[in-house]
Amino acid sequence: MTPRKDLDPAAKARGGRNIALGLGLAAFVILVFVVTVVKLGGNVGPHF
Amino acid sequence: MARTPVLSGDVLTPDDAATATVRHARWQDYFQLMKPRVMSLVVFTALTGLLAARTPIHPLLGAVAVFCIAVGAGASGALNMWYDADIDAKMRRTRGRPVPAGLVKGEEAATLGVVLSLLSVMLMGMAINWLAAGLLAFTIVFYAVVYTMWLKRWTAQNIVIGGLAGALPPAIGWAAATGHAPLNAWLMVLIIFLWTPPHFWALSLYISTDYAKAGVPMLPVVKGAKETRRQILLYSLVLIPVCIAPVFTGLGGGLYLAVSGLGGLVFLTLAWRVFASTAGDAADPRPADRDLYEVKDEAPAAKGKPVGGAKDARNLFAFSILYLFALFAALLAEAVLGLKVLELPL
Repeated sequence: MTPRKDLDPAAKARGGRNIALGLGLAAFVILVFVVTVVKLGGNVGPHF
Repeated sequence: MARTPVLSGDVLTPDDAATATVRHARWQDYFQLMKPRVMSLVVFTALTGLLAARTPIHPLLGAVAVFCIAVGAGASGALNMWYDADIDAKMRRTRGRPVPAGLVKGEEAATLGVVLSLLSVMLMGMAINWLAAGLLAFTIVFYAVVYTMWLKRWTAQNIVIGGLAGALPPAIGWAAATGHAPLNAWLMVLIIFLWTPPHFWALSLYISTDYAKAGVPMLPVVKGAKETRRQILLYSLVLIPVCIAPVFTGLGGGLYLAVSGLGGLVFLTLAWRVFASTAGDAADPRPADRDLYEVKDEAPAAKGKPVGGAKDARNLFAFSILYLFALFAALLAEAVLGLKVLELPL
């Protein structure tokens, strides 16, 4: 029988690492997007 | 029960499985690779450089610049932990770090360091400017390659030259805000650069046995405690005038003058006490598990010889942290509050 994942410390630790990595990547994507908007804002704004 | 190291790959030999107290690597262990305590000091000095430039910058871009510097510092910390795992395992101050403790593989630490280095420099370049990105890249390479891989194991001047890496963040912050790095930015760098030797040598005076055990040629190990105490005093005599110099160059104001002057007097007094003491002549008598930042000293005799000098070294080490913090806090406060800077005639 396969042990339940939520009782396996190794899987728990791996899950925590994966979540942290996923959140980090998502935060990076959002950061790049927001920085792009801010930098575009300064250049594109005056044309409108 | 002694803990058998278990790598994050979670691979156990049958013997390990039978005896180990297994703790699997958590994301916090990877965060520890980035030396958060060092990162916090880097963030503080970089933020001071960014604001002391007194040039308006979009708050988000300012925050991104400081974030990039913090991540770059963390990346070089991870590279350092990868390369120095053998040394770290021999010293009580560092043996609990994730790589020597067996929680994270060295290759993982190296990968984390390289990836974060690339991301931080690229983001800095694209979002802020390429001068700041170039300085950040130089800082990472200098710390991870020049200091960690070369100077640290080769010369007693390791922390003198290597201290440049830790000194550069204010200049990166300044460059991020303005796009250039003038004299005052480099004056902040010089302050940290000259502060580093007396700070680290005060520490090494009371943990030199650890460094000797690990084969790191720190000054007390190579030249002895007496020469180290002399060098601490000499560097302190040069440091304090440089710390006061910003009030002559239009960087610091009245608050800064008071902090740098009064704090400088205390610093010199403590440096003199170390010079006149026996600090480092005998091994630190404290139990091995005591915190290095604990400055109280019972000063018992070791082999019949008084070792009270260790207290003087610890006092200087602790005050040096406070002094640097106070200097940059004064500059930061003056910049944030818009206080007038001085430009006293020489």
